[in-house]
Amino acid sequence: MAGQTDPHISLFSPQEIEFMAEDELVEIVPNMNMEQLNFISGDFGRFIPQIPTKVPLWLAVALKRRGKCTFRPPGWMSVDNLTQILEAERESQSTFQALPFSYVEIARLLIDHARDDIPDMFMVRSLVEDIRDVRLHKLETNLGSFQGTSAVKISNVSAMEVNIVRPFVRRALEAFYKHDKPEADVDRDTRSSRQQREANNEPRRPLRQR
Amino acid sequence: LNLSSGEGEREIEREADLMASNSEAGESSADYETMMSTSDVELLKRAWRNEKAAPEILQYEGALVQRAKEQIELVEETIDDYVENGIDPLVVSLYQMDLDRTQFLLRSYLRVRLLKIEKFMFHNLKSEEAERRLSEQEKVFATRCADDLAKHFEESVLLKLPENYQSVLKQSLISEVDDMVPQPHLDTFVVCRSKNFVSLNLYEEGESPETVEMERGDLYFIRYKIVKRAIESGQIDLI
Repeated sequence: MAGQTDPHISLFSPQEIEFMAEDELVEIVPNMNMEQLNFISGDFGRFIPQIPTKVPLWLAVALKRRGKCTFRPPGWMSVDNLTQILEAERESQSTFQALPFSYVEIARLLIDHARDDIPDMFMVRSLVEDIRDVRLHKLETNLGSFQGTSAVKISNVSAMEVNIVRPFVRRALEAFYKHDKPEADVDRDTRSSRQQREANNEPRRPLRQR
Repeated sequence: LNLSSGEGEREIEREADLMASNSEAGESSADYETMMSTSDVELLKRAWRNEKAAPEILQYEGALVQRAKEQIELVEETIDDYVENGIDPLVVSLYQMDLDRTQFLLRSYLRVRLLKIEKFMFHNLKSEEAERRLSEQEKVFATRCADDLAKHFEESVLLKLPENYQSVLKQSLISEVDDMVPQPHLDTFVVCRSKNFVSLNLYEEGESPETVEMERGDLYFIRYKIVKRAIESGQIDLI
């Protein structure tokens, strides 16, 4: 039922994440003629044979499945680019490479429905899987550095990855916040001065200096 | 340059007012492109996402829901026409898909809100701020639900307890506040993304004034309370 995902697992179900990603625009090359489509979500087309056009991913997949178009895989999905990204991901322990926010979903849908439109598809697939693994592993190991803060920046993390780690990180951050919170005035006197100093000097994520 | 927390908040308020009035007039200077190209479906998706991720119920997007309903009805009629007139079934099925997607967003949005209303039933009716955020139908639903639940509690348990403990809202007559009413947990952490550069106060008034600065497009795990107002004004989205 819409709206009923179990909140204890993830906020969004994988299908909901894919649903959101399906609005991303991709390039297709139609092989037929079709009038412009005036959807609630926007206007797309006209469709003219051999003339590339941009449409939302869900529409592209629907057309592809009916044999009405071919895909032009996005630039970031080339073997060269993905190889570079994989190397860069492996090199750095703490930063993530810039990838489209929905790269997992886009790659999955293209590989599932348009393998003949992707040059070196098997290579591409294996590279994307490796990149996913490295990034997920990095996320898990970096969770230890999130202590005692109210705000943690996570640059270049993708939608699917956020959704996966969200429940754990939320509980961890909430626990840290509860124990680390500046004491209310009433209790301040009863705490020993040493404890007070520790509460203030807890390692915080460095905020930008002004 | 160090803005005191007071100034910082006023600046955010000013910007929020500016954005609100601009979106109504339809001619914001800085974000003209974004404003004009944000379709209702995009707005509905944003409302749905925010509602799912926020621990408390957010402001009901009455105008947006109304527009979405009208567009859905219009497309439903169009599809019926197309089928009657023998339009290419491919085209019909594509329009149907777009319709289904929009309907899913609308339904899920409304359902998520209903879940929250049920969860915090008594709180939503007690708190003026929360009650203002409900639509008329939601208020009716919430009142009926609360009445039914209260009646059920009274009949099955409460009236059989000693006099001091018969309240639905309080543990006993000695309680100063309504301590049997669950409230939304505003200190929960959410993931958010800012549309523009924004600087927020990390702690409440009177505590150490640390700020966090978000660049456009950065992702943050952050306490909901800190970004609550920025979400209301549309500057920050929950992911």
